[in-house]
Amino acid sequence: MEEMQPKLLDLIPNERGWGVKANDRERKIGGGFGVREEKKLELRLGLPGEEDWNANRKKTEGLCANVNPPFSLGLFGASQTKQEGLITGEAQKIHAKADNQTSIVERKAIAHAATSPAAAPLPSNSRAANAPVVGWPPVRSFRRNLASTSKTVLEPQKWASGTSAKFDNSTKGLFVKINMDGVPIGRKIDLKAYDSYDKLSSAVDQLFRGLLADQRSEIGTEKNVEEKGKAIQGLLDGSGEYTLVYEDDEGDKMLVGDVPWEMFVSTAKRLRVLKSSDLSASTLRTTSRKRAATEC
Amino acid sequence: MPYFPQEVVECIFSYLTSHQDRNSVSLVCKDWSVIEQKTRRHVYVANCYAVSPTRVATRFPGLWVLTVKGMPHFADFRLVPRGWGGSVQPWINAMACSCPRLEEIRFKRMVVSDESLMLISRSFPNLKALVLVSCRAFSTDGLTYIASSCRQLRELDLQENEVNDRGSQWLECFPNSFTSLESLKFTCLRSAVNSATLEGLVARCPNLRTLHVNSSISVECLSRILIRAPRLVDLGTGSLSSNQMGWYRRLFYSFQKCKGLKSLSGIWFVGPRTFQPVVYPVCGNLLSLKLSSAPWILKSDLLNVISNCPRLQKLWVVDRIGDEGLAVVGSTCQDLRELRVFQSNFHGPSCWVTDEGLIAISTGCPKLNCLLYYCAQMTNAALMTVAKNCPDLIQFKLRNLDPVKPDPVTNHPLDEGFGAIVQGCKGLKRLSLSGFLTDQVFLYIGMYAEQLEMLSIAYAGETDNGMMYVLNGCKNLRKLKIQDCPFGDGALLEDFTKYETLRSLWMSSCEVTIGGCKALAAKNTQLSVEVISDLNSISGLSLEPSKNQRAEKVYIYRTVAGPRTDAPTNVSIL
Repeated sequence: MEEMQPKLLDLIPNERGWGVKANDRERKIGGGFGVREEKKLELRLGLPGEEDWNANRKKTEGLCANVNPPFSLGLFGASQTKQEGLITGEAQKIHAKADNQTSIVERKAIAHAATSPAAAPLPSNSRAANAPVVGWPPVRSFRRNLASTSKTVLEPQKWASGTSAKFDNSTKGLFVKINMDGVPIGRKIDLKAYDSYDKLSSAVDQLFRGLLADQRSEIGTEKNVEEKGKAIQGLLDGSGEYTLVYEDDEGDKMLVGDVPWEMFVSTAKRLRVLKSSDLSASTLRTTSRKRAATEC
Repeated sequence: MPYFPQEVVECIFSYLTSHQDRNSVSLVCKDWSVIEQKTRRHVYVANCYAVSPTRVATRFPGLWVLTVKGMPHFADFRLVPRGWGGSVQPWINAMACSCPRLEEIRFKRMVVSDESLMLISRSFPNLKALVLVSCRAFSTDGLTYIASSCRQLRELDLQENEVNDRGSQWLECFPNSFTSLESLKFTCLRSAVNSATLEGLVARCPNLRTLHVNSSISVECLSRILIRAPRLVDLGTGSLSSNQMGWYRRLFYSFQKCKGLKSLSGIWFVGPRTFQPVVYPVCGNLLSLKLSSAPWILKSDLLNVISNCPRLQKLWVVDRIGDEGLAVVGSTCQDLRELRVFQSNFHGPSCWVTDEGLIAISTGCPKLNCLLYYCAQMTNAALMTVAKNCPDLIQFKLRNLDPVKPDPVTNHPLDEGFGAIVQGCKGLKRLSLSGFLTDQVFLYIGMYAEQLEMLSIAYAGETDNGMMYVLNGCKNLRKLKIQDCPFGDGALLEDFTKYETLRSLWMSSCEVTIGGCKALAAKNTQLSVEVISDLNSISGLSLEPSKNQRAEKVYIYRTVAGPRTDAPTNVSIL
């Protein structure tokens, strides 16, 4: 494939000749490309700016209104019926010659006008701030109706959005009780403070590590020092000594980590850290039965 | 030349599926033409007035599939007055007489009445598919005929139609013995649907793979439907919001069962931070996600979902996704083939999506085929980047919200950018331009856009040369749609031979005059030149218009059926 970045020179039509009828006129314009390239930086006199067809466009202010080809007058003035023939003929004669110049003037004017690019967007913005152009942008009636009816859909659902506030990250915390096997005193943990299961797992570890060590230290003696610092790992995947489970709003015991985090936060009512060996058949049956029920 | 018996030739022709091939084959000799007519199964009529329905029906008695399009494309944007025409009745009448074995009927942008629907239901016992897109003038009563009589129906597809919705009784008209449904789309209907009826229908149609419901369907009903139809491939949801506790998880588990779901749309309303968790189970397999009906999805929710959909090939969003959002799309969805970014705000400009978003997309998604982009601004540099990164573009529609806006960085017109597009994307077939554009861009299009079939222009160009470059250069051009450009009679009348290959030309708010149109009509008898005036216009065509009066809307199309007889008074056929 050829160079993708079309430089100006690439766009000079060579012997292609793409079947244009008015050969002489087009050739002149064609030749103008090369001319244009060389004379890009030269100032040239062009035809004075006339009332341009841009006035028919709804937006007339802005930089580019000034740089329309001035000799377009004759070709579009629908009201100028008498002069039309004359001017069209004339315009066609000067068309070929002046095309180069005006285009260059055009570009020059644009280049001059765009001295401060920072200023450039401003007029455009003011244009954009005007009333929208009739018939633009094209919007399907279907989509337009969608916008108006969907606003009514929005209204009655506002009350529903109140309930979805329970899924919101409200500023108050969501404290749930958490108990651990072998630790008589339960704790409370703020689920809102975490945004992933890993963070929750490490928080649980932090919370109970000390407590667990204290419990064990009553039993053992020399192992004190090492036990105190032992981390509680593998809470989520069943690989560790303990496993984290939770009770949801329907009272079922579920393994933590099954559902997406946000759903877990909104439905978890209570957490438990169970010994993995204690993860009894009955507990597991509850969770798997629930899943099976929805899968059948 | 070896002699083939007719049956052998018929058998050979049955392998020819493309219309072009069939057209060529029918021109070889009389025998082949006869055989081809007997064996043609699909006819695609791109303009309902280009050919007479009776002629089509009698010529191809073995038809199975008929597709007809009516109003010009700009009817979608309310530029065509309502009574313009495009009724399906003559087509149904003709087909009922001569092609009773018709199995599939597809109408786009046509006027369909309840009587037509009743006639369809009674005339075609083998009807398997009825597809109505952007049609109007029928009511749900008409649908009751279809539901009750078409026993073999597999596909009922209603998209973006203007329907007089009198209730959802039509859904109850599907008999209990009806089990063949494979695809049902009724998003354009507004009235509430009886959940039990819909669930019953879903339950007894085991082959249902496509279901697009309307916004009245609740989340609970959707959950139940998904559980009954876990093999759905294409789902359009209703509203995804509810006040009942537990729906959240139930829907999640329902989606978990839909292992084959590839296409998701609808999502009329969904609360914050609920969208992603709920559809999470299907994201990984999603190929198509259309969210243009849901402009209020929180951007964070939207991006959460998209970043979990790496296999996405088709994405429709609203411009609130913003440039940053498009960057996420670009980095996640390398397989993306189609992206449509619609505007969300119809009453003023919006600034969410700009040229930067386009650059991000083109950088990340080199396989793009189709791009529709409503944006606040565009630069030549961005367009050149697209041309470089996405050479496989077939369809590119840029809708600058300010239609005459130049490149805001350089203040140049967007000619070079679009020139790069037509030069770089060799397979480009459909192009829609906007932004400040001079004749130069048309020169590039005429020179480089060899495969271009459809071109849509608005507020562009400076002289008749612009239009002439295009007409002379684009050999494959079929549809040319122009609005608010300074092209006049010079361009219109320059080359009459062009109109033999051009299927249709639409010019509105340009500089063509009645005189020019008359001259064109006189020169070319196989061309229908319609001058359309608005009903409310003071200088209606009932008064004899002067030659130099501007023709506000002109629709020119080639036809072998002669001037149509059903034109309303505000349409004058010259």
